[in-house]
Amino acid sequence: MTSFRIGRQGEPAPAKTIRFSFDGKDVTGLEGDTIASALLANDIAIVGRSFKYHRPRGVWGAGVEEPNAIVDIDMPSAVRNARATTTPALDGMVVRSVNAHPTAATDRHAFLDRFARFIPSAFYYKTFMWPDWHWFEPNIRKMAGLGILDPTAISVERADQVNEECDLLVIGGGPAGLFAARTASEKGKKVIICDDGFHFGGSLLHRQANIDGGDGPAWIAATLNVLRDRGVQLLARTTAFGLYDHGLVALNEIRPGKASSRLWRVRPTNVLLATGAIERPLPFANNDLPGVMSAEAGLSYLRRHGIAVGRRVVLATNNGVGVETSRELADAGIEVTLVDYRSGRRLMVAEGSKRVAGVKLSDGTRVAADAVLVSGGFTPTLHLFGQAKGKLRWDDDLLTFVAGDPVPRLSAGGAAAGSFGLTGVFESTARALASFGLTPRAMPKIVGRDTDYGIVAAWPEPNMSGRVWIDLQHDVTTKDIELAARENFVSVEHLKRYTTLGMATDQGKTSNLNGLALMAQLTEKAIPEVGTTTYRPPFTPVPFTSLAGVTSGSLMNPPRRLVLENEHFAAGANLREYGGWLRPAWYGAEPEATAINREVRQARDSVALFDASPLGKIEVLGPQAAEFMDFVYYNTMSTLKAGRCRYGFMLSESGIVYDDGVLVRLEENRFIVSCSSSHVPGVYALLEEWRQDRFDRKRLFIHNTTADTATLTVSGPKSRALLEAVGLGIDLGDKNLPHMATAWGSFGDDTVRISRVSFTGDRSYEISIRADRAKHLWKTLRRRGEAFNATLLGLEALMVLRAEKGFIVIGKDSDGMTRPMDLGASAPLAKKTAEFIGKRSLFTEEAQRPDRNQLVGLEVVDGTQPFAIGSHGVESTPAGKRSLGYVTSSYFSATLNRPIALGLIERGAARHGEEIDVQHLGQIRRARLVPPCVFDPSGDRLNG
Amino acid sequence: MQLFPCPFCGPRSESEFHFGGDFGNLRPEGSDVSASEWSAYLHLRANPKGSSSEVWMHMTCGELFRMDRNTVDNTVNSSAELEDTHR
Repeated sequence: MTSFRIGRQGEPAPAKTIRFSFDGKDVTGLEGDTIASALLANDIAIVGRSFKYHRPRGVWGAGVEEPNAIVDIDMPSAVRNARATTTPALDGMVVRSVNAHPTAATDRHAFLDRFARFIPSAFYYKTFMWPDWHWFEPNIRKMAGLGILDPTAISVERADQVNEECDLLVIGGGPAGLFAARTASEKGKKVIICDDGFHFGGSLLHRQANIDGGDGPAWIAATLNVLRDRGVQLLARTTAFGLYDHGLVALNEIRPGKASSRLWRVRPTNVLLATGAIERPLPFANNDLPGVMSAEAGLSYLRRHGIAVGRRVVLATNNGVGVETSRELADAGIEVTLVDYRSGRRLMVAEGSKRVAGVKLSDGTRVAADAVLVSGGFTPTLHLFGQAKGKLRWDDDLLTFVAGDPVPRLSAGGAAAGSFGLTGVFESTARALASFGLTPRAMPKIVGRDTDYGIVAAWPEPNMSGRVWIDLQHDVTTKDIELAARENFVSVEHLKRYTTLGMATDQGKTSNLNGLALMAQLTEKAIPEVGTTTYRPPFTPVPFTSLAGVTSGSLMNPPRRLVLENEHFAAGANLREYGGWLRPAWYGAEPEATAINREVRQARDSVALFDASPLGKIEVLGPQAAEFMDFVYYNTMSTLKAGRCRYGFMLSESGIVYDDGVLVRLEENRFIVSCSSSHVPGVYALLEEWRQDRFDRKRLFIHNTTADTATLTVSGPKSRALLEAVGLGIDLGDKNLPHMATAWGSFGDDTVRISRVSFTGDRSYEISIRADRAKHLWKTLRRRGEAFNATLLGLEALMVLRAEKGFIVIGKDSDGMTRPMDLGASAPLAKKTAEFIGKRSLFTEEAQRPDRNQLVGLEVVDGTQPFAIGSHGVESTPAGKRSLGYVTSSYFSATLNRPIALGLIERGAARHGEEIDVQHLGQIRRARLVPPCVFDPSGDRLNG
Repeated sequence: MQLFPCPFCGPRSESEFHFGGDFGNLRPEGSDVSASEWSAYLHLRANPKGSSSEVWMHMTCGELFRMDRNTVDNTVNSSAELEDTHR
């Protein structure tokens, strides 16, 4: 290939020059160039190395079908495996070839190609089985593959996502698409038209035409003006990559100057596929040499970028469109030798080492050439039709698959419908539009007749001499397909996976049909009997940033924030995420362990202030409320008196503990479900589901007030004294407000609810107040608290306090097997007569098994180091070591000045006093099984 | 992305919905529910090929409803508020 820029005829003004680097070399291009066209203009023939054999490869095409020209872009922003043929060249860009070390032109792995005959398909799997594939995999992966990910590259720009609907979505902006959009818009339809190119016009941008009295570009401009006037949405640089359930079409729009694309989710009433067709390669030896390229692409580079891809060109074709292409090239002054398969002469071998130097024909003649353009016929682009589960039909005249039985709301027109001449393009588009009830006001007037396509078969054949490439991107030759057939991988899906034919980033857009045709011959079947592989989205690779949109980073799953967050920050809180909430883990600048121990001691000695706002506050109201609470709780709740609280479990229907918490009965028909902070949405959904499923929806209501209400907990021996100093407008004495009672009080003008509930084992008051008024209460508690040596209590210290008391956290001290009896709550099962969620499951053989894992305390026998959470209790048996359960919570207790732990251990409840081995990462330690509560077992401190 | 018709809110995207189980999978109750009856209620799903009657919850409005759809081609045939007799 000796390509060069000859300029375009009638170009108004010279385009601006741009400079960028490719493999460290300076490249000069013009504004409007793609990376591929600029490389061609600079006569860079080798643009990459092949996936497996590291063969030199050049530009094949001019669009999305490109198998070879895949590049990594480092500047202006990192893009991996970009198609050089569709990526605009920008000034200052830094571009590298892929799978080439150091560069595509001088690749040190090129030697691999000399061993190619020894490494056919499946070679790696067959050879490196012993002793273990994983020994070899890293090096093999390094030598094969495409672009290299930079793990440090982070896209700072979030992609837009747009939802849209329309009457007609036209996919493809060539003559067929523009005509369709014009027709629909003249009927007042809402139309969106997209094209993956940078300019609308499709083949009219490079093929000569005379439509409605003007040339192609004039018709494009006139039509686009009409579309703009009618408010048609024009999306250039936009690929429709997927057709999904219920008519959703996904588009990815590349935005100039933006690092991220824009994702469109379009729900059209009808979809017109004007997606064109993709030219196939011809099979001959060395048909992968740089300089061998698609004839259509050669013409496109000439007309759109003013680049001649060679000075002496051989054009080989098996169809009339290819002949027309050669005529157009010759008209531009390029020396073309036409090899027309229809006259019997065929191309046998491409010669040259790193780029094509000539060809040998079937009649023995040799022709010197610096570029070989080939046209093996056109394959309609029907991927979206296939994704819509449309069946393809083999067309014996066109020698390709075309759309079969129609799919509702989806039609193909133009080359996608197998019409490869302009008259045919407009006619087939009109037929497609008719299926949507749209009739054009007038058909475009064409001067001249469509070329006779007249394709003759030129499929790859068994036993071709030399290396004939089928899949350029994945290095699959005819010999690999023959090998697959010999080893009985004859189904298309097997063929694909065995040889990797069509599995690369180009998904075999140029290779699939040739591969199928060869397999058909090898198995003596007709091509349609071999069939095609399943079409799946995406049509072309889509950046993950597009699919993610704004839901990435901290917006992926935004943490919930406390209303008092700023107060906590001001107090030196270290925030961490707990069950979806950002909460203070501990306060102050001391080391973590020091701070936690200090908070624990102060909480036990004086008083602690804790922000418990995320605690569930789901109100249940109505005449059926008590009956409902009996049903959703394991415990009997209807006997609870107004103004009292009760601890209980909620189970799943399988009898597994789902949540625990305190139920408050405010009034006869009003309860507050105080579920775990992290389970609020789940419990709310569970309550709502059962309410609608088996209760009277007019006599039972559920209202989630968790976010409206802040809850501040005051706990410790001096808690009552502190609150009396603050003043809550009620008698806080144990007679008026005993443990597990609730009452209304006031703080300033606000009503507050005060519950005597304790998660620390000390006297505790939970004060619930309107969230927007919580700040003043918190500040007052802190100011008054100074006199009582109050501490702010973080989540970590609270976890220690509750573990000292043997209080569990569901999901931490329980798992997906834990029934309430395993946690020591057997009474309701024996006594409760009312039906409740999960009841029957508690009577199964499994639930009644005596050797279940049960909640137990674990005392460290051998030293002062806490056990690792997750350590297994183990026992030796003749068959080997066996797990007895595991440690679920483990802390250093500042109160007791020794480590403490909770665990789920086999038959644990009945084994208090026994010692067991505890294993973690190979290390064995000793533990004594004890009751879960190791501090103040009599509970005196609740009223202390 | 499928569109499901919530009987209260109209067509909404499938990500707003939560599957609630087979329609008509009634909870066996009473003291004499056999293990196999209970296990069938808990674990055995109709999983039909073709038309399927299901209960779904529209998470954004919180309402349960019945939806009849086809599991082969994902067409939705109907959706309706649950009647009292089905609760």
